[in-house]
This record gives sequence, C-alpha cells and structure tokens, in this order.
Amino acid sequence: MPTGARGRTPSTISINVKLMEKYRFKQKSRAVEFLGEKFIALNAFIAIIAVLLIFIFIFKESIPIFTSSDVQKEASLHKMMIKQVYYEGRDAKWSWQPNSDVPKYSLLPLFIGTLKAAIIAMLVAIPLGVGAAIYSSEFSSKHIREIIKPAIELFAGIPSVVLGFFALMILATPLQKILGSTFRLNAINAGIALGFAVIPIIFSIAEDALTSVPRSLREAALALGASQWQVSLTMVLPAALPGIVAGIVLGFGRAIGETMIVLMASGNAAIISGSLTDSVRTFSATIAAELAEVVYGSTHYNVLFFIGTLLFIFTFAINLCGEFVLVKLKTRLQGEY
Amino acid sequence: MRRILVITTVFFIIAGLVAGGSSITIKGSDTLVRLGQRWAEEYMKNNKGVVIQVSGGGSGTGIAALLNGTTDICQASRDMKEKEYKLAAQKGIDVYRISVALDGIAVFLHEDNPVDELSFSQLKGMFTGAITNWNEVGGPDHRIILYGRENNSGTYAFFKKKVLNKEDYSDYTQTLPGTAAVVNAVSKDKYGIGYGGIAWAKGVKFAAVRKDNNSQAVMPSLETVSNGTYPISRELYWFFNGAPKGEIKKLVNWALSAEGQKIAEEIDYVPLPKELALKNEVK
Amino acid sequence: MKTTAEKEITEVTTDSISYRFKVKSSGLVPRSLALLAVIIIIAILAVIMFNIFLDGIGIISWGFLTQPPQQGMEAGGIFPAIFGTVALVILMTVAVLPIGVLSAIYLHEYTSPNSKITRLIKIAINNLAGVPSIVFGLFGLGFFIGFIGTGIDSVFLEGNRPVWGQPAIIWAALTLSLLTLPVVIISTEEALRTIPPELKDASYALGATKLQTIRRIIIPQAMPGILTGAILSISRGAGEVAPIMFTGAAYYLPYLPIKLNDQFMELGYHIYVMATQSPDVEKTKPILFGTVLVLLVLTFLLNFTAIFIRSKMRRRQISA
Repeated sequence: MPTGARGRTPSTISINVKLMEKYRFKQKSRAVEFLGEKFIALNAFIAIIAVLLIFIFIFKESIPIFTSSDVQKEASLHKMMIKQVYYEGRDAKWSWQPNSDVPKYSLLPLFIGTLKAAIIAMLVAIPLGVGAAIYSSEFSSKHIREIIKPAIELFAGIPSVVLGFFALMILATPLQKILGSTFRLNAINAGIALGFAVIPIIFSIAEDALTSVPRSLREAALALGASQWQVSLTMVLPAALPGIVAGIVLGFGRAIGETMIVLMASGNAAIISGSLTDSVRTFSATIAAELAEVVYGSTHYNVLFFIGTLLFIFTFAINLCGEFVLVKLKTRLQGEY
Repeated sequence: MRRILVITTVFFIIAGLVAGGSSITIKGSDTLVRLGQRWAEEYMKNNKGVVIQVSGGGSGTGIAALLNGTTDICQASRDMKEKEYKLAAQKGIDVYRISVALDGIAVFLHEDNPVDELSFSQLKGMFTGAITNWNEVGGPDHRIILYGRENNSGTYAFFKKKVLNKEDYSDYTQTLPGTAAVVNAVSKDKYGIGYGGIAWAKGVKFAAVRKDNNSQAVMPSLETVSNGTYPISRELYWFFNGAPKGEIKKLVNWALSAEGQKIAEEIDYVPLPKELALKNEVK
Repeated sequence: MKTTAEKEITEVTTDSISYRFKVKSSGLVPRSLALLAVIIIIAILAVIMFNIFLDGIGIISWGFLTQPPQQGMEAGGIFPAIFGTVALVILMTVAVLPIGVLSAIYLHEYTSPNSKITRLIKIAINNLAGVPSIVFGLFGLGFFIGFIGTGIDSVFLEGNRPVWGQPAIIWAALTLSLLTLPVVIISTEEALRTIPPELKDASYALGATKLQTIRRIIIPQAMPGILTGAILSISRGAGEVAPIMFTGAAYYLPYLPIKLNDQFMELGYHIYVMATQSPDVEKTKPILFGTVLVLLVLTFLLNFTAIFIRSKMRRRQISA
C-alpha cells in the first residue's frame, strides 16, 4: 500500500485556470446533500438485503417440511436423515427416489456424493493452487509473475458449463481407460473438473496471504544466513498459513456449491458407496436436474428448496469462517493498520 | 458510457411496454420438443405473422406451465397425473387432451454388444438391480452399466410403469438430463444400457423386446410402433386449456394433417394411424 | 508500536539457535515442485483451449454467427444465443453497475473501515460472492418470478395469463446482477483506494460539497476500476448457467428477446442443452464445439480487457 501520494495533482490544479473553471462548484442545498448520502447508503445496504432475502425466500419454500403433516408423511427431517423401511419385509435403507410410488427423500446419498466430488476437487486444487501461489510469490521473477497471474485469471474466467462440457466430452473417456473404472462418468471425472474451478480461488487467496507477509520478516531470516527457499518454507509459509487455509476453505465452499460441472460430468446416480469411481449425485446437481420438472408446491418442490437452504447455510458458514481467518491474519501481519 | 446505458434501458422499457402480436407458446416434454420445433418452423414458413415459441424442459414443466397459464400448448410424453388433474380443476382449467404422434421407447445397447433381444422380465431385473451382470442375459461377463432419464421425465415414468411394474430403478442408474445424453453415454460405453424415444437414437443399437417368454421379440420401428406390436410404445400428447380455437386450432389440425404427420415421420417420430389422426382433429 | 510479526522477529534474533539454517542445500526440490504446479495449471489451460479450438474452429463463419439454428439445431448458427447473451448482460450491467459503484463509494467515502456497519456490509458482500449459483437460481424463481412478477400480475391483470410472473430475461438479468454485485463492488473499491486524497482535498478547497466531489472527482477518477468491475461481471454473467435455467433461458425460440418479459436463448445454456439434449450428438458436435469456442473467446476477451485496464491502473497507482 502506498502511504500517500506525493503532490503531483494539487499543483496541476492550482495553476490551471481552465481547470478552475471546470471545477467551479455551484452551491447546493443541504437537502440534496442529505438525500444523496441516504441514496448512496441505500445502495450499500442492498448487499445485506439481498443475503437476507435469499435466505428468506429459499427457506420459505421449505417450511412445509417442518409444519405440514402431509409433507412430513413423505419427507420429515427424520425421514431425510435416518434409514427407512420403505416396503414391508425389506431392509431399511437410504434412498433418493422422489418419483417412486413410495417417494424416498433420503439426503444421505446426495450428501456422500457432494462430499466425494468436493474432496477429489480439493485433492486436485490444493497442491496445484498452493504450489503455484508459492512459486508466484516466492520463487518467480516479476516478469514471470506477470505471466502466471493473468493466466490464472483467465483460468478463473472459464465458465463452469465449459468445464463441465470438457469433462463430459473430452476428459471422461480417456480417464475411464486410465482408471479402468466401470462408470465412465464418476466422482473422479467430475471432481477433477471441479478442481479446475477451485484452483484460481485457492491460488489468489493464498498468493495474497503470502505476499502480505512483511518484508522485515524475510530480511531478518536472510540476515541469519537462511537461503531464499529456507526463508520461504520456514518463515513465510508458516506466517501465511492461516491465509492459505482460508483459501482452501473458501475453495471447498465453491466445490460444494458448483452446479453445472457435476450436473454434466458426474453421472448423477444417488449411490451410497465409498468408491470414488462410482457415479455420484450432488445436492446442487439434484436441484438443477429436478426443479424444472417438479410440480410446484409439491413435497418434492419443498425438499429441493430445503436442499437449497442447506447449501446456502453451509456456504454461508464456510465464508464466515474463511473471512474471519483472513481478517485475523491481516491484523496479525500488519499490526498497526 | 452512461449515455449508452440510458439509451438501452429506455429502449428495453419501451419495448417491454409494447405488448407483442399474436404468439403461440408450446412448452413441455423433451421427447416432443424436436417435433414441436419442426412443426413450428414449417407452420411459420407457411403462415407469415404467426410466431410460435417452443421450449422443452420436460413434461412436468409443460404441465406446470399449463396450470399456471404460461403456455398455450403443453407437450407431454405422459398423461397428467391425478394430482395434476385435481390441481387443474382447482385452478378452473378445462384440460383438453389430444395425441399428436406415437413414440416407441427403445432399449439402447452399445453397437458391439452381442445381446440382441431382451424380455420384459430381463429388463426389469436389469433396471431394478436384480440382474447385474451381462452374462445373466447372454452377454459377456461384465457388470451392466445402467443409464436412465431424470426422475421427473415422462420417459422415466413410462418405462417404470410399463417395464418395471412401478418398482424403483436401481440406485446405480446414472440419470442424465436428456435422452441424447443417454444415447451419447451408451454409445461410448460397451457395457451400457439405456432407454429413450426411438426418434433420438444415433450411434447405438436397439434391442428387440419380448413381452414374455411366449411372444416374439420385436424391434422398434415405425411399423411396429404404429401397428402396436412393439410393446413399449406410447402416445405423445398436446394439452390445452379448453378446446383450441383460432390460430391454435389451425395449427393443431395442420399438425394432424397428412402434411404435419409426414414431417413427424421425416424426423423419426411415429405418425398417428390415419383414423386416430382424423378423430383427434378439432372440429 | 511494533507489529506482532516484528515482535516475532525480535524473538527469532534473540533465539537464533532454533533458526540456524544450513546454507548448503539449494532448495531445488521445493522450487521445482512449486514450478511443476504452475506448469500443470498452464498445461490444463492449454489442453482445454486446444481441444475446444481444434474441434470448434472449423464451423466458425460469418453465417454461423449470424444465423438462427435450423432443423432442430442440427444445422444453422447460434445468432439468437449470442443476441440473448448480449441482451442479458446489458440488462444485468444496467442493474448492477450503479448499485455496485454506489455501494463501494459508500463504503469508502462515507464510513470508516472499522465501523460496525462497514463490517456488516463487507460480510454480506463476501457471503453473496460465496452463495452457490444454483441457489441464486432458486432465489430468482422464488423471489423475482414467484413474488415480484406474480405480485405485479395480480395487481394489474386479474386472472389473465401472466405477463411478469413467468421466466423472462428481466428476471434472469436481475438474478445475475445480484450474483455479480460483489465483483463490481470489490473492483470499484480497489480503484477508490488509488485516488490520491489530495485530489479530494483540492475539490473541497474549491468549495465543492461531498456529493459534488463524488460526482466530479471520484467517479471519473475511479472509472478504470468501475470499467474493470463491469467487464469482469459481464464475463462472469455471460458464463453462468445455473441461475438462468429456471429464470428465463429457453431451449429454442424463433424470435429474439426484445421485450423485458421475453424468454431468451443464451450461449452457456445452449451448450448445456446441446450437450445433453441434442438429437444427434455426432452430427451436432461441430456446432456444439463452435458454440463453446465462441463463449470461451468472448469471456477471454472480456477478461483480457479487464486485466489490461487494471494493470494500467495499478501502474498509475505506483507512479502516483
């Protein structure tokens, strides 16, 4: 941060008569000034209002799950979480079959699917994102950095539908051959593409944290005879670690909520299994796939909005944690600011 | 910059206030969307000034749109459910239904799959997860990979009712957002099996289907669906709010005419038998 | 007062035994691992672009860009999708830009960075940026269409066919504008920080009020940042599919969206539809890849422009 600009502009203004004309201000009434401020403030509150409205309007549609006994016959909280015996004489199980004669709204298969895809995404994105951030901030020259950063910004600019398309049409078949998996569209396929979407997030936050480590810290260590990389690994990295973790956490939030990639590339089968080469169905893809065809106001409709509420609450919590860590880190590294 | 913004805003607002001319909305089944679109294209070519808007999204979407009054014609690959009829009555909508074409639901296999025919009970076993290996139905020793449609599509419901006797699909069925996605997946998966309208299939082979052990296996085709010998076939519907009038009536009767039905045939839909087409015409 | 970090350093120097470094190792391993990560990322980017370019470039022609789809999307071009995307992002920008810019101005000019209200707004902005796009889609459906649109209809036309209470380009644009609001706010704020305080002082010295200073000094000075924000939000908005699926995008339309309550075709949605629902995947493959290429080139161009403007702005900040 620059500590303050040194006087180029004031002198320019003070001697230029034309500029004086241009900047001759008419007197305005206090009322205008007051209303103007209020109007500007109003805009600033739209962000807060929006977050509140989003929660209210999504939650509103899922309320019948808690209040209506008709809806609860098919989808109560209990039924969505716990194993159910759906047919007499058969084993209890978790199942997502909303359009069955006996509708089944167990969220567990979707939860497992979401988690599997997100975990693979993180396995891809953490080493690449953090590694690139370390390289960019610690090892690269200024010139190289000016290539890396825009390249990753371009990466961030790839629309998720294009990543999903890539995974579906180009990645899936060779990947199946490599893995020898039974399912062509599976958690790994979707997870890798999902990881591509997460890399830029982790990179930019981690890079930001690394570069904000004060120079005095590096110089002190260098003075103690450490080499450049030793400084990076033993001083800078630990100091910036909370920031890197925050980047990872926020990236995880994105991986949970991303829709188009998993909708196109995951196979969408709601399975409970531990295998990463099985197809998965995630929360977000379930909403995207089913909402368009659902009868408005039906139990199924309510459940889909309930899933939306869960996604909202989950990402909200993750963001709050991530922000909290980042703010703490900033104050720790820049004490007097 | 600001001027551009202001001008565009004003333009959009004015344009928004001027309500458009006569336009017909068609919405619903993905199975039917191609047919609706082709009919619309041809009809607009011959009747300048008429605008027909076609969108897919699924039978459920179409029916919901009809109930909400957001579409003139709802295309559906299934009949409305009791719940939906009730809802329609509540909303004062007088549901009027005609069939506009037939459709056979084909069973798709990979072109290299040695299996040629399957019976209803085999299909049921495979799709409910009771039969998991191809060698149980005369194929290679490999796990069966199931592909299906999203759970609210008409095709999903129809196949479930007709072949699965209303039992649930196996959890391992990969549900894909469109019949084309199913076809595409099966064409790339040697051990895959899927189902969908015969109009969609390119790059996969059809299995001949046997209703039970005594009956003959039938390949889905224009004739076998049209004459009713192929066992998994259905009517495709248009729903209206009340008997269609005016331009919509003209469109419907044109679609049911020899000319309209021929277009259906050209893009691999199964035309209605002549008597049925005549019977369906709006008087 | 010393920073915590500086205190740590003091501890380090006094307790130098625990920080005695071996000088000899060259650090080749960590360095090459980090470099490898960069190379892999750039390779992924190259593979994605190369594949799409290779399969998509063949079909790109003037006709492809200016014709509507024909024969059930098996032939023809993608003009309606391009038009719809442009109309959508214009509407979105009209909605989001003033709100975003004014929010940033409020945060930067009217409140202190540590006040409760600023912190609350910032938390809201960051959370808005983290809300999954599909949730925005649900919200658009529930709020704009179900609440606002249906509300308007119930006041102005009793019982007739809905005019506003249905998916439409305006609702999709408004949904997207909420999604991209944080992008605009953040880059405008960044620009506001680069404005030298002397400029504002000079303006006040000339007798300008705060509002006048904002209008005549601050906004013009922050223009590069505002522009960057606008471009980045357009790039983001043009590529999002999940929020517009239920709020206005259509599979196929024979006309262009010219009214606010029309539905529209859009490039991203078109890709999704063609990849999953096109009748003949092999036959439509060139069209599909061509569409992806167009969308990719569009977003890349937008991003390049934004990066360019921003780097110019940063240079100004350094020289100032």
